[in-house]
Amino acid sequence: MNEQDMLERFLHTDPRDVGCGQATAVLHIYVDLVAAGQDAAGRYPGVAVHLAACGPCGDDFAGLLAAVTSDEPGA
Amino acid sequence: MQLARPAPRELDAESASWLGRLASAAAGEREAAERDLHGKLLRIALAEVRRRSSRTPVTGPELDDVAHQAAADAMLAILGKLAEFRGDSRFTTWAYKFVILEVSSKLGRHYWRNPPVALDTAQWERLPDRLGLDPHQHAEATGILAEVRHVIDTELTAHQRRIFIAIVVDGIPLDALAGKLNLQRNAIYKVIFDTRRKIRRALVAKDYLDEAAAGRR
Repeated sequence: MNEQDMLERFLHTDPRDVGCGQATAVLHIYVDLVAAGQDAAGRYPGVAVHLAACGPCGDDFAGLLAAVTSDEPGA
Repeated sequence: MQLARPAPRELDAESASWLGRLASAAAGEREAAERDLHGKLLRIALAEVRRRSSRTPVTGPELDDVAHQAAADAMLAILGKLAEFRGDSRFTTWAYKFVILEVSSKLGRHYWRNPPVALDTAQWERLPDRLGLDPHQHAEATGILAEVRHVIDTELTAHQRRIFIAIVVDGIPLDALAGKLNLQRNAIYKVIFDTRRKIRRALVAKDYLDEAAAGRR
């Protein structure tokens, strides 16, 4: 990746990004869809964009998904 | 604008059981459910602090303390909000979200006990690296950096400038800054989001970046 690409990546913003508040509000629904193998990003595209862009919210998503997965029978 | 959420639906059997037990008029049944739920929350919290342990200065018994506090605080919040559970996810997923967010918030606040970078340090020499630029390799990078500084100095309020410098220049974790400034995470995220757009617009205006490039990403 050259300097131009790295700069573009740093400055990249997506207008679909719903922000932390709305992503957190539906995070449990989103995680249940992911855990069930359903199209969570298709149903909540702005949340998917946000979780990919926001480190802390992405971390919460990863933690909640790990928690839910660990709770399933056989985990 | 709020995201559309599914209409409340009939609860799955396990979620209905949790709600029934936690709201039971029989004290024994209710207390047993609370013990069960707390046990699950504590297990999740302990796993979560360990999952995050490589990215926090908190270690050992203190990390376990964070988990215990997170489980206890999440438990109180859940019991206080039982009536708000709409059944649009499994009950346990809804409940676990509380403990994950508690862990997140508590670890953010612990950052300031022994911070590797103090607030308002403004380590500007780190900016090129943050942007992926090497001014020693390309003269253009010097112009880009000057333009970025110009945007920060002239287009941001003092509050926005402080946040951008703390997060992007000094590398302070977002949750740590949110805790320190007593702000919601989203307030910080929006400042960074908007500032990125302002910087990009300025760099496009000066022909450092291609206007169409953002749309291709």
